[in-house]
Amino acid sequence: MGAIPNLPRASWGNYPAEPQEVELLRSRHSLLPLRDGVSHLPYGQGRSYGDSCLNTGGLLLGTSALDHFIAFDDTTGQLTCEGGVTLAAIVDLVLPRGWFLPVTPGTKFVSLGGAIANDVHGKNHHSAGTLGAHVVSFELLTSDGQRRNCSPSENAGLFAATIGGLGLTGLITQATIRLVPASSSFLKGQSIKFGNLDGFFVLSEASVPDYDYTVSWIDCLGSGASLGRGTFMRANIASADDVATAGAKSRAGLPLGVPVMPPLSLVNQLTLRPFNWAYYNRQQAEQVDKFWHYTAFHYPLDAISHWNRIYGPKGLLQYQCVVPRADQLEVSRALFAEIAKSGQGSFLVVFKTFGPHISPGLLSFPMEGATLALDFPIRGASTFALLDRLDAIVSEAGGRIYAAKDARMASGAFLRAYPRLEEFRKFIDPRFSSNFERRVMGK
Amino acid sequence: MQRIVIFGATSGIAEATAREFAKTGASFFLVGRNGEALGDIAADLKTRGAASVEIRSGDLSLLETLPTLCQEALSSLGGIDVALIAHGTLPAQQTSTWNARNTLAFLQENLVSQASLMVELRLIMMAQGHGSIVILSSVAGDRGRPSNYIYGSAKSYLSTLGEGMALELAPRGIKVLVVKPGFVDTKMTAAFKKGALWASASDVGTLIFSAIRSGKSGVLYAPRFWQLIMLIIKFAPSFLVRRM
Repeated sequence: MGAIPNLPRASWGNYPAEPQEVELLRSRHSLLPLRDGVSHLPYGQGRSYGDSCLNTGGLLLGTSALDHFIAFDDTTGQLTCEGGVTLAAIVDLVLPRGWFLPVTPGTKFVSLGGAIANDVHGKNHHSAGTLGAHVVSFELLTSDGQRRNCSPSENAGLFAATIGGLGLTGLITQATIRLVPASSSFLKGQSIKFGNLDGFFVLSEASVPDYDYTVSWIDCLGSGASLGRGTFMRANIASADDVATAGAKSRAGLPLGVPVMPPLSLVNQLTLRPFNWAYYNRQQAEQVDKFWHYTAFHYPLDAISHWNRIYGPKGLLQYQCVVPRADQLEVSRALFAEIAKSGQGSFLVVFKTFGPHISPGLLSFPMEGATLALDFPIRGASTFALLDRLDAIVSEAGGRIYAAKDARMASGAFLRAYPRLEEFRKFIDPRFSSNFERRVMGK
Repeated sequence: MQRIVIFGATSGIAEATAREFAKTGASFFLVGRNGEALGDIAADLKTRGAASVEIRSGDLSLLETLPTLCQEALSSLGGIDVALIAHGTLPAQQTSTWNARNTLAFLQENLVSQASLMVELRLIMMAQGHGSIVILSSVAGDRGRPSNYIYGSAKSYLSTLGEGMALELAPRGIKVLVVKPGFVDTKMTAAFKKGALWASASDVGTLIFSAIRSGKSGVLYAPRFWQLIMLIIKFAPSFLVRRM
């Protein structure tokens, strides 16, 4: 097994496109294949959007072959597996036995180690918190050759630093998580249209107590009285009886994909407005009862492999921020107004509220409030300037930007927004680093 | 529930095939060189649904141990429904470095060991009156090419042996499947982009699993389009093959 030099486009946003060198790890029992004079960083499936999964000039430690399950107890829902196992593999294994991920991001093609290292959240944040809250323990292998079992009660500092620690504290060789019972592969709920941001927050408040999962799509080009209009989806895992009554069947989706990189971004002024208009207007009734297969509800974009290619060779910037609950309406309004004014943005703009759960990681992203995520095709300086303006609004409000998706925020914005960074620093493995760390943590 | 013995169980394709069988509740007897890796695979297969997994670490180029190993698998499993022979090494062949000694060592590890197992398993299957023998060969055995003829000719021998055995044993209901994978991206390189001709080990494993389940005997190109590619290569003029 050798290193695979020159892996181009190693992050999901295809930006920055700096070649990376990867050495694939063969066994979780082996020591890390450290190289003198360079820094190291674990690399799972490369689904981080920005540069937190990159280490230009250093060595990435590829975990895709650390893909073994170790134990699963289907009476308690406790699962132990290697850090390179993907969430997709976990769902395939546990769903037929009546269990599901306690928290899942919008793609299942990420490794469990990566999901922990980004302390990912999902559409059930208001009811379940982040993934880190469901991690029982993990083993961390550091460059000094030590293996430490970490849990809330053992090596608790390292545990808190590693959850959301962006891979900088060492390699998660294996982890144990608690799953949640799922009596079917479907979710039952409603899809409800709202005309503006006030409408969103009213729906959100009303839905949070009764629905485990909520998420909204927003027409980012709506303005004036229809600023922030969109569709609100809320659901719970359907019971077996619900499924029988509805006669729902899972269908194998068509194998869709974007086979080649188009020369230009297909997300542009010509496509954005009609898409958003059609998406908003395709549902006629204000409220529709819905029955979703879990793949359609949780992972709509996973149905299209390499969807990131529609943004063309210049790549995309994903932007996700959270603003505190206190001023969430005004601040969100300011953000959407700025985006609408720019005419930039993406087909799918995701908006939801985070609950009051305290995230377990020192650098965890979520806080109670409203979170907005969208993609921008990179059009040069104007895109970066727009995001800087959004940063200023977020920062002013006391919010923060999600590291997993960032490739461009200024170092100051990160330092201000993550007050436990100083505490985190002492847990960084001295032989680990990343582009993100060097860019924003001001080491 | 099927009882499966795998020689070279840590190979990427073998492991992918085993994962498919594990979902159906199969029992396994795994043989490989690396005991620690076999242990990891055993835990993984059990988690995925395997009824039981026995492991033996051993060197499969020690020919005199092979008959005993087969008997052990037979008695441990109480019968063998599927025997998958997947061990072997891919040489980084610099044609200039081959000599009699390293060629013989290579053939022992990549031809004699596999062929001995096939004949030994043939006896077991004939005594049982059923079963499938699956040998991992390669498209490289279809035509001698300057870049890898030592590897290719070993695979060519195994393919011919398997094809003949398949025809011989068909009337007895015993299957022999010769698998010829093309370019395979094993899980070691799963995260990386490859050309259109590359298949993943997991794709190939799924093809092998389906072929065994449907009782196929004879040659299986994996993926199937390699049958067409190799047909063209077999009939290509030498001046083209010289560049391959």
